[in-house]
Amino acid sequence: MSVRTLPLLFLNLGGEMLYILDQRLRAQNIPGDKARKVLNDIISTMFNRKFMEELFKPQELYSKKALRTVYDRLAHASIMRLNQASMDKLYDLMTMAFKYQVLLCPRPRDVLLVTFNHLDAIKGFIQDSPTILHQVDETFRQLTETYGGLSAGEFQMIRQTLLSFFQDLHIRVSIFLKDRVQNSNGRFVLPVSGPVPWGTEVPGLIRMFNRKGEEVRKAEFKHGGNYVAAPKEGSFELYGDRVLKLGTNMYSVNRPVETHMSGASKNLASQTQESIAPNPLAKEELNLLARLMGGMEIKKPSGPEPGFRLNLFTTDEEEEQAALTRPEELSYEVINIQATQDQQRNEELAQIMGEFEVMDQPRRITSKGDDLLAMMDEL
Amino acid sequence: MFRRERSIPLRGSAAALCNNLSVLQQRNLTHFGVVHGPSAQLLSAAPEGVPLAQRQLHAKEGAGVSSPLITQVHWCVLPDRVLLVLASHRGIQMYESDGSVMVYWHALDSGDASLELLTPDTSHRHCHEPAQGQLLSAAEDTFVHIWKLSRSPESGYIEVEHCHGACVPDTQVCGARFCDPSGSSFAVTGYDLAEILRFSSM
Repeated sequence: MSVRTLPLLFLNLGGEMLYILDQRLRAQNIPGDKARKVLNDIISTMFNRKFMEELFKPQELYSKKALRTVYDRLAHASIMRLNQASMDKLYDLMTMAFKYQVLLCPRPRDVLLVTFNHLDAIKGFIQDSPTILHQVDETFRQLTETYGGLSAGEFQMIRQTLLSFFQDLHIRVSIFLKDRVQNSNGRFVLPVSGPVPWGTEVPGLIRMFNRKGEEVRKAEFKHGGNYVAAPKEGSFELYGDRVLKLGTNMYSVNRPVETHMSGASKNLASQTQESIAPNPLAKEELNLLARLMGGMEIKKPSGPEPGFRLNLFTTDEEEEQAALTRPEELSYEVINIQATQDQQRNEELAQIMGEFEVMDQPRRITSKGDDLLAMMDEL
Repeated sequence: MFRRERSIPLRGSAAALCNNLSVLQQRNLTHFGVVHGPSAQLLSAAPEGVPLAQRQLHAKEGAGVSSPLITQVHWCVLPDRVLLVLASHRGIQMYESDGSVMVYWHALDSGDASLELLTPDTSHRHCHEPAQGQLLSAAEDTFVHIWKLSRSPESGYIEVEHCHGACVPDTQVCGARFCDPSGSSFAVTGYDLAEILRFSSM
């Protein structure tokens, strides 16, 4: 597994989150200045320099629980609030979208182009904020530095690590079903026609070479697919035509985003594996999480700016209904904090732990009595 | 020409790894090994793909350490015994062929690069040992191909001929193996798929 995967996972999921929030803010007719503030605050938090420094350190991927906690915090970095049902749906959409993008990448290296597509769009959201623009450009530079020189094999490892993270997620998304990129069983459609990846030939030719490396014979065969040559390579520069459409914004105000929960996850074996994660795993993650959150500057809402609640569903009743009917195996349990001697060895964590009481039971995050979020507020 | 036979269900889906399928033929039974993630699935099937036993195997670890992700599971047929090998980024473990008893453990130092094992594969197109001059290849583009290898009597050059191609719709194939020495049947695994697909010649 690659230890260079986390930045790509975080940035792309973050990009999808912003697309969805932007669409919902407009659909819910949130005033322009409020909407802009929310996006600016979230983007500014996402691209915080200290946070990025932690993110780019070689490390293993976080568990789904830990990552979900980070996005929960990120979504609440401004004056906007989300109920749990909406946060769940947001996270479902983000993960399925990026899973789709990773799966459909023609070359493993193209996941970098997908990331650049997200960054390009993010820059579009904050055009009027030169400080944040600079932060995003700085991240761009960091991406190029970290990934620019990697080989195809190393990108393949990154791809496999990402796919491992997304394994067994089959939530059906209405926009994908409508566009026929996802089947009714939740699996994505893998096309067998269209352009081949840049740098590869259209399959159908067998070439035979002698000992000297000279081509001595050619033969054709029927591959079964219907491919054509790739027109051009996407640009990996700061500005340029990425060519690849994966990672661009597929949402608009007129396309409501729904997810279907039924029959989403049939593989309970893998789900139970995740939920019975032993203590040592939670401890490692918690240390990492604390370091990461420590670098994340959460802006408190300043001045008389009133907050508002965003709903990912079309009505409040729908949101309530979704909360009641969410299948158990799809519940995103936020990471539980349990005090052990080993944890207290970590200085930073001890500091955080000192500021609130110790919980002795795992708790699910709820819209009320949200102790974990309150703890994070102390950071 | 090959046709689809009955699939064998897996308890967990196959991970997106290279060469994620190992097959062992023992007497009348066929054994399959597929990596799910932190566990490898071992199952045996009777002729016609009737599933028999299935078990999950985790790489053993020290106390208080989480199970690593397995990168490959493979049966090694040695002259006097058959060993089951599990590879992860933390090292190699070898077991009796049914996965019951561990017989060898080599741990990698934390600084070592990840282990590339047995059938090294740096591209996502994997090929397997020919059965009677046949080669089976499979890739993430959903296609499985069977090729015939022969040596031309006049020139002495290796010749390659395409025999058969099969598309496994919407499946990123991650493992393919012949199931018998004559190459008349083969099995396929795909990322996120909780079954082993079987094909046999008509």
